[in-house]
Amino acid sequence: MDETRKKEPLIRVEKRKERPAKQVRLLRLASVLLAIVAGGLFILCIGYNPFSVYATIVSGAFRSSMAFQATIKLMVPLLIPALGLTLAFKMRFWNIGAEGQIIMGAVFATFFALFCWDFPHWLLMICMFLAGMLGGALWGIIPAFFKAKFGTNETLFTLMLNYIALYLISFLRDGPWQDPNSSGFPKIARFGENAQLDKLFGVHVGWLIGLVLVVIVYIYLKYTKQGYEISVVGESRATAQYAGMNYKKIVLRTMAFSGAICGIAGMVQASGSDLTLTTSVAGGVGFTAIIVAWLAQLNPVGILVVSLLFSVLEKGSTVMQSSYGLSAYSADVLQGIILFFVLGCEFFVRYRFVTRKKGGKA
Amino acid sequence: MRYQNRKKREVTQLALDKVENAIELRGITKTFGSVVANDHIDLDVRRGEILALLGENGSGKTTLMNMISGIYHPDEGSIHVNGREVVINSPMDAKKLGIGMIHQHFKLVDVFSAMDNVVIGAEGKRIKPRELKEKILELTKKFGLEVDPEKKIYNMSVSEKQTVEILKVLYRNADILILDEPTAVLTPQETQKLFAILRRMKEQGSAIIIITHKLNEVMEISDRVTILRKGKSIDTVNTAETNEKQLTELMVGRPVTLEIDRPKCENVHTRLKVVDLSVKKADGTMALKDLSFEIKAGEILGVAGIAGSGQKELCEAIAGLVPVETGAVLHNKENIIGKTPKQINNLGISLGFVPEDRLGMGLVASMGMVDNMLLKSYDKAKGIFVDRKPAKKLAEELVERLEIMTPNVETPVRLLSGGNVQKVLLGREIESEPSVLITAYPVRGLDINSSYTIYDLLNEQKKKGVAVMFIGEDLDVLLEISDRIMVLCHGEVTGIVDAAVTTKEELGLMMTGSKREGVKADG
Amino acid sequence: MNFFTNFFVAAVLAGTPLLFGILGEIINEKSGHLNLGVEGMMSIGACAGFMMGYKTDNLLLALIAAFAAGMLGALIYAVLTVTFMADQNVTGLTLTIFGIGLSNFFGDFVREKSGATSLKLPSGILDSLGKVEIPLLSDIPVLGKLFFNYNIFVYLGIVAAILCGIYLHRTKAGLNIRAVGENPAAADAAGLPVTRLKYINLMLGGGICGIGGAYCSMIICNGVWISNCVNGLGWIAVALVIFATWNPNKAIFAALVFGAFSVLKYYVPKSVIRIPDSIFDMVPFFMTILVLIITSIRSSKENSQPQSCGVNYFREER
Repeated sequence: MDETRKKEPLIRVEKRKERPAKQVRLLRLASVLLAIVAGGLFILCIGYNPFSVYATIVSGAFRSSMAFQATIKLMVPLLIPALGLTLAFKMRFWNIGAEGQIIMGAVFATFFALFCWDFPHWLLMICMFLAGMLGGALWGIIPAFFKAKFGTNETLFTLMLNYIALYLISFLRDGPWQDPNSSGFPKIARFGENAQLDKLFGVHVGWLIGLVLVVIVYIYLKYTKQGYEISVVGESRATAQYAGMNYKKIVLRTMAFSGAICGIAGMVQASGSDLTLTTSVAGGVGFTAIIVAWLAQLNPVGILVVSLLFSVLEKGSTVMQSSYGLSAYSADVLQGIILFFVLGCEFFVRYRFVTRKKGGKA
Repeated sequence: MRYQNRKKREVTQLALDKVENAIELRGITKTFGSVVANDHIDLDVRRGEILALLGENGSGKTTLMNMISGIYHPDEGSIHVNGREVVINSPMDAKKLGIGMIHQHFKLVDVFSAMDNVVIGAEGKRIKPRELKEKILELTKKFGLEVDPEKKIYNMSVSEKQTVEILKVLYRNADILILDEPTAVLTPQETQKLFAILRRMKEQGSAIIIITHKLNEVMEISDRVTILRKGKSIDTVNTAETNEKQLTELMVGRPVTLEIDRPKCENVHTRLKVVDLSVKKADGTMALKDLSFEIKAGEILGVAGIAGSGQKELCEAIAGLVPVETGAVLHNKENIIGKTPKQINNLGISLGFVPEDRLGMGLVASMGMVDNMLLKSYDKAKGIFVDRKPAKKLAEELVERLEIMTPNVETPVRLLSGGNVQKVLLGREIESEPSVLITAYPVRGLDINSSYTIYDLLNEQKKKGVAVMFIGEDLDVLLEISDRIMVLCHGEVTGIVDAAVTTKEELGLMMTGSKREGVKADG
Repeated sequence: MNFFTNFFVAAVLAGTPLLFGILGEIINEKSGHLNLGVEGMMSIGACAGFMMGYKTDNLLLALIAAFAAGMLGALIYAVLTVTFMADQNVTGLTLTIFGIGLSNFFGDFVREKSGATSLKLPSGILDSLGKVEIPLLSDIPVLGKLFFNYNIFVYLGIVAAILCGIYLHRTKAGLNIRAVGENPAAADAAGLPVTRLKYINLMLGGGICGIGGAYCSMIICNGVWISNCVNGLGWIAVALVIFATWNPNKAIFAALVFGAFSVLKYYVPKSVIRIPDSIFDMVPFFMTILVLIITSIRSSKENSQPQSCGVNYFREER
């Protein structure tokens, strides 16, 4: 019995009064700073000067108008899917299929680019835009249907659809849509000028679409009935039904919108940036967008800020690759570290560590 | 190993024979955020006695006991077990000291059998299932328990689950037993059985603490009573030298008549008529079988029954949330089966359903009062946008009228106290001027003052001519507030009685009475 | 007959990395944590195993490195979800992105340092990665080829599956961790060290995933370092846990079936049906979806996800 005469543990966890919003914001900011420090330590460990590396990243993203344009070009495919995902995440629907939804948007849009290239430019653009939405929405509705009907796990479902979409592109590339002028090399033809997205200030108008979507999503979530429904469903399905909401309809509708927005990103990427359809049209942004949405606490304005930061990180890391020979994958690592820290800091909003009191009893 | 432990304990017990207190608490203080749950509490329990810990909901009884069982850690104060000061950091430490606690919400693994539940966390090597089963059967014989060691928990009734919890404690040779509101979920007959077991344990020298707020049980089972009020220890008295009236005053802090008003029913006429209603659960079994009853305008119909007898499904069926197998629900002679929840709500059938966690269904925990006011009416405004202005006004009115304590109407309701949450929920339902008001467990977890506010609100509705259905668990309350009581057992009505001329025991029999169909099958 | 044996052998080889992933995730989920970071832990393990093999030319050290790396990945997850009570879904996803990124980053890093255009495992370790012939057994006609003619990982995987099965269902420790995963509050009240058990089992699962990763980088890629070598297998493994109904022994079957789907394209004679390869590539993913749907339609109480999965535990929660 003597072993129970020990002291109280050195550190234990206790619930605290919830911190006010202002403190929470500071806390998150601090955690991002800590993450940057941790990233610096990582860089130090592999034998580089963190200050010069970080400086290279920032200057790499902003050093010239061309660099900045490239940064914006990287931002667009992060921003738009993150906005789409926000709708799903608000509903606590774990849509990690942005990747697939982006691809399907691009595939549907590409159909018009390849086969209706002789449409008037404005009509072609509208068709491609709507087709992109349709493709993404389709890929969003499928898992939503099974989730609503049978409670099928949407996380894995949406994920598997990513791979199916990916292989759909290789199927199209190797067969039906293969470029007839590529002399057998499996690739899809470059879009004609008519099917390319217009430019504004040197970057395709995707950035403008993104900004408009920020406003739309913000208003949609905050002020509309449908946005209210999403919040309630996200909190509890039972409550939503109790309130007389049609759960299935809301899930299907929201996922259609979520997928459609991601689909827009696919269309923008294919016709504005890649100017063709390749298997790397999404290239992992669907996953990074999840981090973006989460870091921004599902706030559309926050998403704008975070996606800009992330694109700086990505653009900068490509510069780092060319000047230091450090792999551009470092951007993924840093993004991961940042989110790890922010996830950890959420703890301090509701809990605190209590250390053993000095000289206390026991 | 276990045998050695027991031997060791016997030795210590002999050495400490002069110390008669099994547990002594001195100056225990515990705060949660800004709430002081326990404020310098002293408490003694002797071996071979049953101590009742009496107090209202929220007076800090459970918190105090959780510190003995290692769930919480006190901010200040000391705990002595068998005369020695100890630090209890975890349930593991408590277990080693021979302390066992039976929590109000059972801590059992649903998919495990009774014996697996008993053996987890117990000392020693893995025991072969057959030996284990024999050991358990031996224990059950010794204390007169009834339980099948191989039955899975999810197939068990509430009282069977409680038996498993007791078995767990006995298996570990715990001689200090804490029970948190053990009778809340039992019928009067099951309560008697439990008390018999406790008396037997007491005779064998165990120290037992029973947390309760029911005075008649205190009088019946305990040797001494310690009364807590608002986190402070008020007094400790010998049960033989006190009475219910004195205990009430100590518990509430002022003389109160614990009688609930029952205004006379006026203008009574049938509002809601349920005919042969049958509902299936998700797993295909029947939740409600051929239920027929009516709720009259201007009355309160109480619904009694063991937890899980079909109360939830009844609420959900009337509100249109679950599909109905057969039968009809007539609201002013109009069948509402097949209507959507929204249509039913628009007819004025208002469901104030409060599941165990209170925030589960009627309210959105992370939203403020304003957005919660909108829950059923957000769709009424024209256009695609939500109109928050009337909701804000309503929220502010409710805060004033029902004295809801909240920093402001935008504060997430999960940060409010239980009583205030309940007022928000009921307030909203009442504001919609319902024709039928269904409330389930509206006073669960509330202190006496808040409970009476809720009773008054319900009576007020009754006087206005609303048909009120009150699903409750405390039979005393049900008997006092209801005009008629319907008793459910395994989804069937076993009786609809006049509350004024019925006793608790009669209700208890009806709650378990429907044995003619055979108890719930095992598998 | 020969055709069938070849197909079976190929299916086993393709299923083995999945098996490790499934086992790791089963242990994670049994301790109450839906860890979506399997892909990440496998990636980290793939990189660590490969690099250790590359530097030391020692298979055992490579395996230890892979296991340890997987454990470290799981440690990050455990700290965040167990101690800091962060959302399990998001943490797992982040671990995946971080793990893939870290693995690719280090691959590039080491290659740059070495100055070579590609990294190739030394010949010594490649030899030990070859088929392990078991005396007598391997010589049995047909059966010998079917069951006793594999690389070391395959045997390791089978043994691991059997051990996991015994651990979870036949030992006291297994009973304890299942109790934790089903109802941590009950386990805690019964006096089990919930936090410690969660850490141990999460890391154990992570280590097993790490070995699966090493298979991807060392066997699938034929000893040459390739970025993204895990390529979605970790994700399929997470899904297959459902197919295996959280049972390590059934995991062997699940891995085999899905291994078969993924090599199907090489074994359907082109003369019979001509289906493009990319359609075949979709099959495992498509089948996974089917499994998800079917299991969600018929749900059973006992062969299902541990109840507390996805929800973090805090003792003082009121």
